[in-house]
Amino acid sequence: MEIRSKEFKERAVFAIHDASLQQALGKARGGFVGKRAQQAAELPEFEALREEAKNRKNAILGHLDHWLERYEAAVTAAGGQVHWARDAAEAREIILGICKRVGARTVTKGKSMVSEEIGLNEALIEHGMEVVETDLGEYIIQLAHEPPSHIIAPAVHKTKDQVSDLFVAAHGGPRKTEVADLVNEARQVLRDKYFRSDVGITGGNYLVAETGSSVIVTNEGNGDLTQTLAKVHIVTSGIERVVPTLDDVTLFLRLLARSATGQETETYTTFSTGPRRAGDPDGPEEYHVVLVDNGRSKMLGGRFREMLRCIRCGACMNHCPVYGSVGGHAYGWVYPGPMGSVLTPLIKGLDNAYDLPNACTLNGRCASVCPVKIPLPDLLRELRHLQHRQELSPAIQRHALTAWRFVATRPKLYRAGEWIAVRLLKALARNGSLRKFPFAEGWTAARDLPAPAGKSFIEQWKSRRGQS
Amino acid sequence: MTQHPGKSPRVGLFATCLMNVFRPGIGFAAAKLLEDAGCSVEVPDAQTCCGQPGYNSGDFDSARALARQVIELFEPFDYVVGPSGSCMATIRHDYPALFEGDPNWSARAQRLAAKSFELMSFLHDELGVTRVDAGTPLKRKATYHDSCSGLRGLGIKGQPRALLASVEGLELVEMQDAEVCCGFGGTFCVKYPEISEKMVDDKVANILASGADTVLGGDLGCLMNIAGRLRRINAPVRVFHTAEVLAGLADEAGIAGRTEGAA
Repeated sequence: MEIRSKEFKERAVFAIHDASLQQALGKARGGFVGKRAQQAAELPEFEALREEAKNRKNAILGHLDHWLERYEAAVTAAGGQVHWARDAAEAREIILGICKRVGARTVTKGKSMVSEEIGLNEALIEHGMEVVETDLGEYIIQLAHEPPSHIIAPAVHKTKDQVSDLFVAAHGGPRKTEVADLVNEARQVLRDKYFRSDVGITGGNYLVAETGSSVIVTNEGNGDLTQTLAKVHIVTSGIERVVPTLDDVTLFLRLLARSATGQETETYTTFSTGPRRAGDPDGPEEYHVVLVDNGRSKMLGGRFREMLRCIRCGACMNHCPVYGSVGGHAYGWVYPGPMGSVLTPLIKGLDNAYDLPNACTLNGRCASVCPVKIPLPDLLRELRHLQHRQELSPAIQRHALTAWRFVATRPKLYRAGEWIAVRLLKALARNGSLRKFPFAEGWTAARDLPAPAGKSFIEQWKSRRGQS
Repeated sequence: MTQHPGKSPRVGLFATCLMNVFRPGIGFAAAKLLEDAGCSVEVPDAQTCCGQPGYNSGDFDSARALARQVIELFEPFDYVVGPSGSCMATIRHDYPALFEGDPNWSARAQRLAAKSFELMSFLHDELGVTRVDAGTPLKRKATYHDSCSGLRGLGIKGQPRALLASVEGLELVEMQDAEVCCGFGGTFCVKYPEISEKMVDDKVANILASGADTVLGGDLGCLMNIAGRLRRINAPVRVFHTAEVLAGLADEAGIAGRTEGAA
């Protein structure tokens, strides 16, 4: 998927004025936040689990190479095959190669953010294959020719009305307006695709080193049908998703659904280990795992390692007031919200996503709900630091900072500037505030600027109390 | 109180740059509350800024330059107290991080951080103040906005509410999403004005829905943002820093309030 993060500002403004988007975002915001809070409150050890999950992830990342090799050996022993992809292009080539070898015509897909990250659908379609997204949200946005706007609720930006219209256009009428009817309609259409599928591609929430299993969680069961009914199952996953044992899986599972959708657990949690064995009633003939690096090993060796703890729950974006205002598409690439604002510049380049780390108030709500305690605001600030050092920030901002430092490290000069400022602002104020002020149009476009009292606090303190 | 039985702790008042220019009354309110609680208050006049604008813009060198200045100036005091969760979180959390591994400054940054407090938490948690004398009873229905740095950085949530509960005549009502950012975010509000406006509008909608006639909070940046928006849309809600109400200094126009005629 082509990155459009450079257009963040324009797209954000557009989103704020998109009435249907705002309606959809408002609905989602209330649901996710409230349900997560309720789940967290009902589980006494929830906070302890977050701490444990953080520590467990750190321990795994400390020996990631080891666990990945153990995982590969276990997959191979179960009859599957692991493929290593350094970047998006390699990952696409590997998957295309498998699909072409088996003569795939129809490819079904469970929800996979890594497949979005590597731009898989476009590549498969370009080579003449029919690609069918089977997650309802993904299916909706595929019909709309749009990228996902949320990592677990890809069509969260769509209203029910818009979905009705898309279904009429794609399936022919009659137009359904009840959610249950819309879901049934999609189910009918998709059922046929599962049976015709040559290759089923899913993501992998966890890759278990001790068993060689990949684990997916869904609420629709679409992932199960995708991976068991196709002749070939391909798992696409980032290298950071490996965990040593099934015990580890249970730890992260306890946090994932609660943090993501505010459910105690997802409807379906499915483990798949290798291809169909002799005597198995179903399952694929071939089982492949494509492990994608795409910038992750570089993160592992640097100051952004903590980002690799991410379990892709989406809680950060659900709680982010900026995401809640502009939605996911404004961020311009695959991963939106706070986690995306860290990942996108790291994967696609600092200069390609300048605004993402900056369009944040550092309010910290994301970090306060992150199930693996990633210090997202600190990482965003660290990215700003890199942008500043590489002079990617606007020249005017760097000059302003230099001037500010020059004045603020010279208290007498600072006091003199303040002396002028309080008087100037007071003179320009009318009835307690300023409606306009040069250099502060960003502020006064939407708000008045309070008028100062006419003398600074320190000035008044000195005259009332004498020198300190 | 943790130390100096019989001797009043010497507090250096951190005069935040916004307070110093836009709302000196908050500084006097803070001084009054500290003195009422038995502290001796001094205001070093060589202070400028905590350095947060540089830090949050990724200019860590400038932030360190300002931090060194603050450390040197405030080191002699028993405590550093400021009427802002944002600036005090910078001193408490960010200074030690900025000087991590620096043989000359790391220990000094940590020592200063350990004795630096946001006003409400200092009064309530350190000095054990539970009641204040706010003077003439207020007839106000107020709602409290939890500023993010104070709330998530310093755990300020119950302290201001507990102290406000002792103000005669003041009714405190909770608004929806009191803990959600108002859209100020320092330079964020001028870099991304449209997003900031959307966020402050959401905040204002919750304030109006609460039925409160007064908004209180502990950070002037957020309060200026909220008050400026309320004033722009002509909403009859007054905005004060918590310290102003607690010190009985909230009888004049609120922040960005009309100085002539009714609010």
